[in-house]
Amino acid sequence: MKRIQAPLQEEVVRSLRVGDEVLIDGVIYAARDAAHKRMAEAIAQNLALPFNPQGQIIYYVGPCPAPPGRVIGSAGPTTSGRMDAYTPALLERGLRAMIGKGERSQAVVQAMQRYGAVYLAAVGGAGVYLAERIIAVETVAYPELGPEALLKLEVESFPCIVAIDAYGGNIYQEVRNRVKCPEYKEGKHDEKR
Amino acid sequence: MREIHCEQIRAAVRELVLKANVELPSDVVEALKAAHKQEESALARRILGILLTNAEMALEKKMAICQDTGMVSVHIDMGQEVRVVGGDINQAVNEGIRQGYQEGYFRKSVVNDPLSRINSGDNTPAIIHYQLSPGDHFNITVMPKGAGSENMGQLAMLKPAQGLAGVRDFVIKAVKEAGANACPPLIVGVGIGGNMEMAAYLSKKALLRPLNTRHHRAELRTLEDEWLGLINRLGLGPQGMGGKTTALAVNIETYPTHIASLPVAVSLSCHATRRRSCKL
Repeated sequence: MKRIQAPLQEEVVRSLRVGDEVLIDGVIYAARDAAHKRMAEAIAQNLALPFNPQGQIIYYVGPCPAPPGRVIGSAGPTTSGRMDAYTPALLERGLRAMIGKGERSQAVVQAMQRYGAVYLAAVGGAGVYLAERIIAVETVAYPELGPEALLKLEVESFPCIVAIDAYGGNIYQEVRNRVKCPEYKEGKHDEKR
Repeated sequence: MREIHCEQIRAAVRELVLKANVELPSDVVEALKAAHKQEESALARRILGILLTNAEMALEKKMAICQDTGMVSVHIDMGQEVRVVGGDINQAVNEGIRQGYQEGYFRKSVVNDPLSRINSGDNTPAIIHYQLSPGDHFNITVMPKGAGSENMGQLAMLKPAQGLAGVRDFVIKAVKEAGANACPPLIVGVGIGGNMEMAAYLSKKALLRPLNTRHHRAELRTLEDEWLGLINRLGLGPQGMGGKTTALAVNIETYPTHIASLPVAVSLSCHATRRRSCKL
């Protein structure tokens, strides 16, 4: 288990390898579909982003509202693939890591290699377990998006697994390559991917 | 004629969504524990352990099991001898959801239009299915379902010549393509027969059946066991990171179909399969 400090130093990012388990301390940003769309529009119009992505981590999450006495409600990762279209432009601007769940597109994996970034998986469905590791929350932009607002989160020992590293190492691809089910004959139906 | 007041329906739906989002059904907890015991990969065991801890924490802290508290589908199974009084039944259901989601501090995940996409702000409307049959019963089931697994569902209108093997391959293909996105371990709901909308509906009905209840027809029970074995041999494992537990159960529901049709729908649900019922 490696402990890493956010924002991330480039050498830390480049030292991580697929399968490594990490604990994150520090500040990360929460953004999902609607916030990414807004950021992409800002980039297209040459406007400033609500935060400088240099060295930062974006966590794909839309948390539940905070119950009384807590800083945040349930807060597990959402499916990262929906952010694929927006991610390369953020990586180009210095984003060093994304936290989510599920696979990424080839374009994202390539951009991660080009700019030096990692993709971290948090356990999907463990919303309460992960919320416990978030100790402070601040709304940075787009409050009108409700659960999709852009947030700044302070985390302590936030547990993740390196799912895709800066060298193209990919845990999902490794598992798919190992798929063993002799009874199931591939290619009988048109594959989507 | 038995009368049910809209006020009773509102109160029941409020209570059901509050409980469903916080308490993981006991049959799912049991299945997760069994999977945890037999997993060999250390990472897979750790992930399943975290999901079990998460379920305990949710219950203890009265927090949502998963932050995606879903769009709620509501199944109302009512007797034809029942008369609903005191208002609009659809409004009563939606009011129950509005109150439950507010009081439970659950995420509001519904946009009021699929194209303009403005959050409705209170998690309504629900998707409501009414089923009428003889009698004077009134049963309500709620299923708040997250989109991570919902988005990976698939439907196909197969040719009858593709038969059982075609159906089986389509089910396995859907699970394989969903991969890590649907948050395995999964519960796989399969609807076979009817027409296009019926197959989709059946695949959802299948998800409502507890994991420790197998199909009452022996031949379908056999298929449920066989397909679960095939799916778990894919080796995707918890969170798609490898292991023996890709699915906890395969539940199949069927209906008569047209001579020219073989519809099949696959609804995937993550471990956070939230369902809760009551009788009024």
